[in-house]
Amino acid sequence: MDISKDLVAASATPLVLAILSKGESYGYAILKRVSLLSGGKLKWTDGMLYPLLHRLERNGYVEATWGNSETGRKRKYYRLTENGKRELVLQQEQWQVVDSTLRGIWCVAADLAPQTV
Amino acid sequence: MESPPNLEERIGEWRSYMLGRQAVHQADIEELEDHLRTQMKALGECGLDEDEAFLVSVKRLGDLDSLSREFAREYSERLWKQLVLPMGQGEASADGTWEARLAVGLAIAAAVAIKVPELFGVSVDESYGFYLRNFSLFVMPFLAGYFAWKRRLERMVCGWLALPFLAGGLIVSFYPFNPGGHTDVLVAIHLPIVLWLAMGIAYTGGKWRNHKQRMNFVRFSGEWFIYYTLIACGGGVLMAFALFIFGAIGLDAFPLVSEWVLPCGMVGAVLISAWLVEAKQNIIENMAPVLTRLFTPLFTVLLLVFLITMLWTKSVIRVEREVLIGFDLLLVLVLGLLLYSISARDAKAPPDAFDGLQLLLVVSALFVDAFALWAIVARISEFGFTPNRTAALAENLILLVNLGWSAVLYTRFVAKRGPFSSLERWQTTYGPVYAVWAWIVVAVFPILFHYR
Repeated sequence: MDISKDLVAASATPLVLAILSKGESYGYAILKRVSLLSGGKLKWTDGMLYPLLHRLERNGYVEATWGNSETGRKRKYYRLTENGKRELVLQQEQWQVVDSTLRGIWCVAADLAPQTV
Repeated sequence: MESPPNLEERIGEWRSYMLGRQAVHQADIEELEDHLRTQMKALGECGLDEDEAFLVSVKRLGDLDSLSREFAREYSERLWKQLVLPMGQGEASADGTWEARLAVGLAIAAAVAIKVPELFGVSVDESYGFYLRNFSLFVMPFLAGYFAWKRRLERMVCGWLALPFLAGGLIVSFYPFNPGGHTDVLVAIHLPIVLWLAMGIAYTGGKWRNHKQRMNFVRFSGEWFIYYTLIACGGGVLMAFALFIFGAIGLDAFPLVSEWVLPCGMVGAVLISAWLVEAKQNIIENMAPVLTRLFTPLFTVLLLVFLITMLWTKSVIRVEREVLIGFDLLLVLVLGLLLYSISARDAKAPPDAFDGLQLLLVVSALFVDAFALWAIVARISEFGFTPNRTAALAENLILLVNLGWSAVLYTRFVAKRGPFSSLERWQTTYGPVYAVWAWIVVAVFPILFHYR
């Protein structure tokens, strides 16, 4: 099952913020984590993560520093800021509303669905 | 058998593709490259070989177009080419910083130099003529020095380059000019031209015989002029506000503005403009060709309407004192329009509608000038040969010869019987004629006309 583009895009920000709330990370590791958490069902085009990270940086939700990878190459690390933590809480609340609403409607929908035997 | 390109080469290729995208900057590419390499390493551990790992990783990064579109959405300002001045920029190269410091330093030096005569009691108010004659001598050596440094000019060339400046200095200092006289004013007008062209030797790095270099100098001159005009406008606003706000507290800032801000700004801006043109060369579209495109049709219409009106109403050009100079300036303008459209044109492209328009402009300018010359020559005996009139007439002829032959070459090109490059070459070949004539006016005219 592939998840639709719009949904992937909408969930990207809270996902990245939530992953970063567990500690500093970098692009590749964030993608690995998303893939692991979703069981490989959430597929991003790898490159698209970076403009998103830069947007979060510009909005002040994350801050970036250049460090070194284990092999000594330059690598950009991202860390959640206080602003970012607040934003994450907001996003969580919003998603929970969406989630609970959908759950409610799934039950009703299940009753209305034509019975297949 | 040819070995497949190695990994570093392929990554290098990928980088340069990415760099070609305006919205993606160096730092972004480094970040993406780190991702690419980490991904490849992980894939390699799963058993893929280098080639396969590279292909898969690049594919997963997403195709170039959508990726750069995504970056462009985030960094819309990057689509506007920004002139990043090297000063105060952490990432700037040491060379750029040095150049910026040198340019600003030279601008300050020129600004100081123009105030030095005041120490010897030569004030702007009283010795207006002195400043008019000399101001180019206070600034052009600095500009020539800047390019001598930038192009790493050889000592020998530097020595030769000093000669025109020395000669110019000697002429304005020791010729017994009659203040406010014809030759005095003529020298004041022509000395900057002479020194500007001499500075061209430094600009071309001593290779002034090379036609490509000459064309570059033409391009530089046009851009410099536009930058200087813009800076002058800004300076005007600055001075107007200075007068206004000091006036508001009852103080007269005029002496400060006219004796310090104006002269120092005028000479300093010469160097700053030159430096800006050099710095932005590869970054921002040249303005002169854009203005040319805009004004060539307008001036063509103007001249054609003028010609038709003149013939229709059977009016003749009234020969007054300054009419010749006015028509000289018209020819200079048309030549400028021609020159800057040539400078930006791809010499290999076939003739198009704009070329026809350009030709029409040149031909109509020739007609207008021919009418003017006719009227003037017919009455020149009446006026006699004053220095002003002789200079103006000769300059008109010099420009007429240039434009006349340009029209011939252009016609050949539009009729597909000659290459465009011959027109380009004609213009660059003609360059020294201006220099020689300007020297004659500066050095010979005063003697010829007894410093009238």
